[in-house]
Amino acid sequence: MVDFAGWEMPQQYSSVREEHAAVRGAAGLFDVSHMGRVSFRGAGAGEFLQGLVTNDIAGVGPGHAQYNLICNQAGGVLDDLVVYRLPDGSWSAVVNASNRIKDVEWMRAHAGSGVEVLDRSRETALLALQGPRAESVLARLAPGLDLGAIPYFGVAEGEVAGAPATVSRTGYTGEDGFEILLPAARVGAVWDALLEAGAVPAGLAARDVCRLEAGLRLYGNDMDEDTNPYQAGLGWTVKLDKGDFVGRQALAGVRERGPDRVLAGIRCGERTIPRHGAGVSRAGDRVGVVTSGTHSFFLGAGIGMASVTAGAAPVGARIEVESRGGAGDGEVVKLPFYRGSVKTAASARQSG
Amino acid sequence: MGDRRYTETHEWVDVEDGVATIGITDFAQSQLGDVVFLELPRQGRKLSAGETFGVIESVKAASDLYAPVAGTVLEVNERLVSNPELVNKDPLGEGWLIKVQAEGGLPDSLLDQAAYARLAESGSH
Repeated sequence: MVDFAGWEMPQQYSSVREEHAAVRGAAGLFDVSHMGRVSFRGAGAGEFLQGLVTNDIAGVGPGHAQYNLICNQAGGVLDDLVVYRLPDGSWSAVVNASNRIKDVEWMRAHAGSGVEVLDRSRETALLALQGPRAESVLARLAPGLDLGAIPYFGVAEGEVAGAPATVSRTGYTGEDGFEILLPAARVGAVWDALLEAGAVPAGLAARDVCRLEAGLRLYGNDMDEDTNPYQAGLGWTVKLDKGDFVGRQALAGVRERGPDRVLAGIRCGERTIPRHGAGVSRAGDRVGVVTSGTHSFFLGAGIGMASVTAGAAPVGARIEVESRGGAGDGEVVKLPFYRGSVKTAASARQSG
Repeated sequence: MGDRRYTETHEWVDVEDGVATIGITDFAQSQLGDVVFLELPRQGRKLSAGETFGVIESVKAASDLYAPVAGTVLEVNERLVSNPELVNKDPLGEGWLIKVQAEGGLPDSLLDQAAYARLAESGSH
């Protein structure tokens, strides 16, 4: 078990190889209850959120979710999150564990008197069932839910193994799958039932490999408050024409000038693992730094993301990555490294 | 099978008829997580006790390997080249790393099973 933002988290249950293979080939089950769950109450909740996040939530109808960012006034990313509109029209969000307290304070500071921000992280739990067989596994335990009718980033409510649950077709692995929000008191029994139905328990280490292969950013590694969305390759989540929101002015400036650095996918040989913080050079000149990296057993290569000077390392460029005892060769590649069974060609774009 | 001894850096050594088989402990493999690859010495290389003889790299981290005894490398576990996971699955058996023609006795600093178990226990909290 490892400490993660104050939570005791399983790094691995069996091995990264086996757990990763289960996610890519069948169904893996992650307990992601460390992530923050926030509900918004009040008639002005939608309007409040629209002024808080970068993406345009005007088009998010009941039963749908959306990947989003919260930025500060300077345009730095405070967090990435998924905003949910539940079937009853109410709003909630899932945020990163390490940012939960900061996010809730920020939200409360920006909420008007008509909006209440409720931190529901203690009373609820969150499971992520991911993989090409996720739907068939979940279907056995949720006969009342029409899972096939839930689109990518769709949200439904019903019972899972007898427990009241909010089920969304979202995830952080590049595979098809669901995230299941349920009362904390019920999570043990539902976890056991999902394993009984064929899911394989998977830990944080396998989750990190899956999300990296899928090109998904991890807050705190690939972006932070000193990174704007364009530098993180997440400009597509910023809708400057939706009306005012926190950070809009600064982000409009970045958009006009263009980001000074960008996030690049890097692929190394099978004996080089790009590690967080390692320098990246091209023809001997330093061009950036690795933000996340791992070894992908699946691809037989070291893979990672690096923050590089804009224009200095385009796709196809040969690079060198600092590694133990020297430098390993690599190449700048387009993200993602791997497209799994995720329902949309636009690939999974969810939060960590 | 001889009497297995341990280093404080989590290698084990088992000497039989002057040949020392060297590996990493179960505690070490569990801390490292899935092993990705190893760099091991060539046959014939002379090692002194405590010298770095290679590197083990896992998903989590790269770690140096230290020789528990002095001697000359007789054999390297070639199976680890294509099956590094043997170190995770069977660290005390099929996941051995190298065999060394031991020279001199076992250093006094090596730990017996009980002392190593205490070390690993204190390191896991």
